[in-house]
Amino acid sequence: MITLLKNGRIYDPTSGKDGVVQDIYIKNGRIIAKPSASEKITQTYDLTGKVVMAGAIDMHSHIGGGKVNIARMMLPEYQETKKYTEPEAHVCTPSCSHPTINHATPSATDTGFRYIEMGYTAAFEPALMPVNARQTHLEMADTPMIDKGGYAMLGNDDYFLRMLTAKKDQKAINDYVAWILNATQSIGIKVVNPGGINAFKFNQRRLDLDENNSHYQVTPREILKSLSTAVHQLGIAKPLHVHCNNLGAAGNFQTTLDTMSASDGVPMHLTHIQFHSYGTEGDKRFSSAAAQISEALNKNKHITADVGQILFGQTVTASGDNMMQQLNAKHANPKKSVIMDIECDAGCGVVPFRYKDQNYVNALQWAIGLEIFLSVEDPWRIFLTTDHPNGAPFTSYPHLIRLLMDKTFRNEAFAKLNLDAQAMSNLTSLDREYSLYEIAIMTRAGAANLIGLNDRGHLGIGAGADITIYTDQTDREAMFAKPDYVFKDGELVVKDGKVVKVVWGATHTAKPAFDIAVEKDLKDYFDKYHTMQLDSFKINDDEISSDGRGSIIVHENKKASH
Amino acid sequence: MKPSINTTLPITHCCPACGLLCDDLVLNSTYPLSIKNACTKSISFFERAFTGKAATSSVAGKPTDLNSAIQAAANILNKANHPLFAGLGTEVQGMRAIMRLAEKTSATLDHMHSEGTVRNTLAMQNSGWQTTTLTEIKNRADVILAIGTDIVSSYPRFFEKLVLNTNTLFNRPKPEVIYLGLAEEAAKLPEIMSALNALMNAKNPLNKKPDTDLIGGVTIASLKLILAKLKAAQYGVVVWSASALKFPQAELTVQSITQLIAKLNETNRVAGLPLNSGDGDSSVNNTSTWLSGYPTRNRFVNGHPEYDAYHFSTKLQLMNCDALLWVSTFNAYLPPDCEAPTIVIGHPDMQFKKQPDVFIPVGIPGVDHIGTMFRMDSSVAMPLKKLHETELPSLSDVVNRIVSQIEAKLS
Repeated sequence: MITLLKNGRIYDPTSGKDGVVQDIYIKNGRIIAKPSASEKITQTYDLTGKVVMAGAIDMHSHIGGGKVNIARMMLPEYQETKKYTEPEAHVCTPSCSHPTINHATPSATDTGFRYIEMGYTAAFEPALMPVNARQTHLEMADTPMIDKGGYAMLGNDDYFLRMLTAKKDQKAINDYVAWILNATQSIGIKVVNPGGINAFKFNQRRLDLDENNSHYQVTPREILKSLSTAVHQLGIAKPLHVHCNNLGAAGNFQTTLDTMSASDGVPMHLTHIQFHSYGTEGDKRFSSAAAQISEALNKNKHITADVGQILFGQTVTASGDNMMQQLNAKHANPKKSVIMDIECDAGCGVVPFRYKDQNYVNALQWAIGLEIFLSVEDPWRIFLTTDHPNGAPFTSYPHLIRLLMDKTFRNEAFAKLNLDAQAMSNLTSLDREYSLYEIAIMTRAGAANLIGLNDRGHLGIGAGADITIYTDQTDREAMFAKPDYVFKDGELVVKDGKVVKVVWGATHTAKPAFDIAVEKDLKDYFDKYHTMQLDSFKINDDEISSDGRGSIIVHENKKASH
Repeated sequence: MKPSINTTLPITHCCPACGLLCDDLVLNSTYPLSIKNACTKSISFFERAFTGKAATSSVAGKPTDLNSAIQAAANILNKANHPLFAGLGTEVQGMRAIMRLAEKTSATLDHMHSEGTVRNTLAMQNSGWQTTTLTEIKNRADVILAIGTDIVSSYPRFFEKLVLNTNTLFNRPKPEVIYLGLAEEAAKLPEIMSALNALMNAKNPLNKKPDTDLIGGVTIASLKLILAKLKAAQYGVVVWSASALKFPQAELTVQSITQLIAKLNETNRVAGLPLNSGDGDSSVNNTSTWLSGYPTRNRFVNGHPEYDAYHFSTKLQLMNCDALLWVSTFNAYLPPDCEAPTIVIGHPDMQFKKQPDVFIPVGIPGVDHIGTMFRMDSSVAMPLKKLHETELPSLSDVVNRIVSQIEAKLS
């Protein structure tokens, strides 16, 4: 069975195609070369004039796990849904709820549906807590339509910090990191407020890059060095994913700049960098440091970043960073928050937020995110995220894309902001408008490269046929909100923005080899200090794939090309 | 049931008999039962699982085959407009299936132990909370304040594992345990908790009252001492049992507990630990939340989830429902009286006083089949093992077959 996508305008940065009119052939879920004349084309879609891209990849989105479920549980008021008439083509099964207004904490089912309806075919949970990995995988397994995967959080767990204090060698660290990747079925490693979540348990309330965790006498810098080296030496494609110290604090840009040097040139990814780009200038002691951050990003080629754009409206922030969330809880709207210490492993903080365009700080946060987008020169090293749901729900991506592609639209929005914030931003002096090609880099090719999804994010021969087709519209928000067609692994799953077939996607993992002797000390640690056995901690393949709809893809250990 | 073990014994095992989900049990033999690291709850759970009667499916009290019972259950649910799914004594896999069936049949969902769960949920939804988990307690807690619970009745091994343990990461001293509002004293907790919060504020006139004055039967001196100990703790833990707070608006008392914790956290580290009641309540609540967006009590209306912690209670819905599906797989708990047609799916050793319209015995998770279960602190989900071969289907098998019958009817 061969499907032909005919005459579409291809935006495929991996192969340098920028609007080239070309046919695509799909067979058995993969893109193939033009078949011989004797092979029968089963189905043809005439895409004349349409924009064709690979399925989009959200490289950082909180889609499942403990803190996300706490957010859902705490905020039933955001789940208010419209009464609706079920669209005929919307195949809702199993346990599917339905099209709703955009809310911050969609159910697992809604998460998959809303993503695919926008042409996203994969999303990665960036804060999978190892001890909570089973729950995260359960939720991702119940997320239909898209591929998924998780980054395991390390760097605040007592096991790792004990190793650093004991000056264990890099090989021992590498073995532990590799073991965690295997045991938790993750694709990468994330560190959140390095050392800070742990320090909070000892009643430290802030931790700077070169400040000691009071118990372990190790600094965030040492943690970053150790983990980024481990990730690099293990050869997993994804660089260490770093949520810096001092999230959200005025003046934190210096920490962010210093963090860029903490890995000694080894690749690192700095996540939701907007929340880490704040200065202390002006009457309100809160200012944009987007220029300094962007300049540093332009200079430091080993660093990548995603933005974590905020957009105005109600959302909820769900983070592993309970130290900073404890401080942020005073800004909660509505006034409530959940702060947890978890299993000598990590923690979490869930704080609802309502970002307001007339609030000075919020308005400036909005501008800072956009300033960074427009000032970072290399679209291969900056990624489009809202840190869902922390800056805004992922369903606002089409709006964000329009802000990036349409200067007039952006400046009109800017003109409505809090006036003091306007006075503190240079946004209107930035004339850049992203092209379709650059959007395809940020949301497809670059994201796939970063994570190491070699057969996704592009439209070359052999790629998995995750393909999104849009009608070219001057209103980019309307265009990206509702693709004409989405193919997942070669199957038509969305037509005119509506799901026509339910599929389940795969779970992406990296499983680097490690010395099994690492389990000897780990078993002793679990037996002495934990409240579960080592064996219960590990997630078996069967737990993900035995239900007949989940599957596991293991990525090779090799460096991405960019 | 004749024990028919084909697992190689001894086997290390996870016990679902309480919310601790101890996974260090070693099952040496099933007859006579021999378990290492057992407790009163695990012994009675496994004893009944291995020696209870093996029931067969029945319709209107008459034994029948599984297929006929499934058909009869589907018929009842097909006719119902607003069925109630109650009990819900199951784990994650069972609840996933239950949610599918609830969506198809516009059912209301409520767990048998939801009174306590809902009190906690309402408090959390109103102001949030600061909580901790078992491993943190085991390694850090140096003061434990237990409110409305002796802990050990609900969790027999809590002290053995988390308080009396000699191995800790940070050489903490043996924790001091303080009890407040036990048994009938629990009724006075609203007053006591308000006083504790008031005493946190130095300007509150309560601070000027004589130390010998009683509040809810406790001297002000004792209350001040409790606060002093919590403030001096390196890592204080406040444990409460919402199910023990059997008075109206008890969620407000939960909230005043969480408020005290929040206040203490402005300068110190103190965290809460809400206890659960078991029978999969934490598993059901979590699974419901990620699948529908809502914790229990919730319902589906034409496939559309709705949430109402008050109106969707079993107590109220028993008066409105036109069919009852009662699920209890860990324990042989019987359904409440209900005038509507009643389907029971659960523990094979149920001894009915009044035969339900349909009874389908199913396997016990963690004995007859594998499963996944949330611990009482909800941060850890544990795998449950299968201990022996059995004829009994799992709850999710049965429910998925009912779903198929209903889908066939719809199409």
